Amino acid sequence: KMVVLRINSELFTLTYGSLVAQLLQDYENVEDVNKQLERMGYNIGIRLIEDFLARTGSGRCYDFRDTAEKIQSGFKIFLGITPSITNWSPGGDEFSLCFETNPLTEFVELPDNYSNLKYCNILPGVLRGACEMVQMEIACWFVQDQLKNDNVTELRVKYSLYRCL
Amino acid sequence: MVIYGVYIVSKSGGLIFNHDHNVPKIEVEKSFNFPLNIKLNYENKKVVVAFGQKDGIHVGHILTAVNGNAITGRELEDGRDILEMLEQPENFPITLKFSRAKMTTNEKIFLASMFYPLFAIASQLSPEPRCSGIEILEADTFRLYCFQTLTGIKFMIVAEPSQPGMEILLKRVYDLYADYALKNPFYALEMPIRCELFETNLQTLLETVEKSGISNV
Repeated sequence: KMVVLRINSELFTLTYGSLVAQLLQDYENVEDVNKQLERMGYNIGIRLIEDFLARTGSGRCYDFRDTAEKIQSGFKIFLGITPSITNWSPGGDEFSLCFETNPLTEFVELPDNYSNLKYCNILPGVLRGACEMVQMEIACWFVQDQLKNDNVTELRVKYSLYRCL
Repeated sequence: MVIYGVYIVSKSGGLIFNHDHNVPKIEVEKSFNFPLNIKLNYENKKVVVAFGQKDGIHVGHILTAVNGNAITGRELEDGRDILEMLEQPENFPITLKFSRAKMTTNEKIFLASMFYPLFAIASQLSPEPRCSGIEILEADTFRLYCFQTLTGIKFMIVAEPSQPGMEILLKRVYDLYADYALKNPFYALEMPIRCELFETNLQTLLETVEKSGISNV
């Protein structure tokens, strides 16, 4: 049986911090950094989904509410946090994940000149990549960010296409 | 209790991993006098026993060596043709070595991509909607277990029909794939898996299952 090693989340927080800082050095344009983070997240997501499925043995989603719950449990498994699922759109094709705490931003203060930086933009990428591998296309973006003095961090997830197998 | 092999087929139908686990090797060497009392045929670049099954030499076995010298195709190393040689009485008595045909990598790739449409046809033919496709394919000498993940990768195990717990083993192999192939930053998705850690862990897993059953993994 595989032993799951737990690591201190601070190590992860700091590693992610140095990744973002390095990207800011490499690309002077903040928009490019946002884009790179999303792309990296996507590449992580298309691999991470297999780990999630192998570990949880969960089946296919036939409703976006199932998807929301599975994404929530994914956050629990990989980041140790449980975001709340809120703000369902009337059509049931859009919801928000609200983070009270976010391990990625634990020690972070955003300088004024980086006000356009989406610090956690790796997360939307991960979600998009992971869902794409199970034949579901979603769009995902931040609407609120604690780093930008909002009360919570809110990640909006929108269903865009389901590819029937 | 024997597991014959493990195969992984990618989303697009290519064989990305195969592992021959425990295929018993069958080799028979025997001396013959003129005229040869078994019929040999040359097909698919192999000399195959076509008729005359005896002493552990079965129809379908292939000729691998003559008088201790290995053969390639239908020729000896020195270029002599075997089938012609066996027509001439002066070459006898002669020692021939037969063995069970081994699948080449090409044949495996070929078969894996044949299974892919079979699986698709099975799910289309199903009277019920949302059929999973072939999960077990049974024959008198083996069972093929197939597990397709939600992302479309197929894991297959070929084992003895009496071997229990193969469905669980498939999930364990999926675990190993998620860990040792996908978390390897140098492994490109959809490409053949050449990860040593994956292979050694798989080998250990298969051995444990064969020795002490599925409940211990």
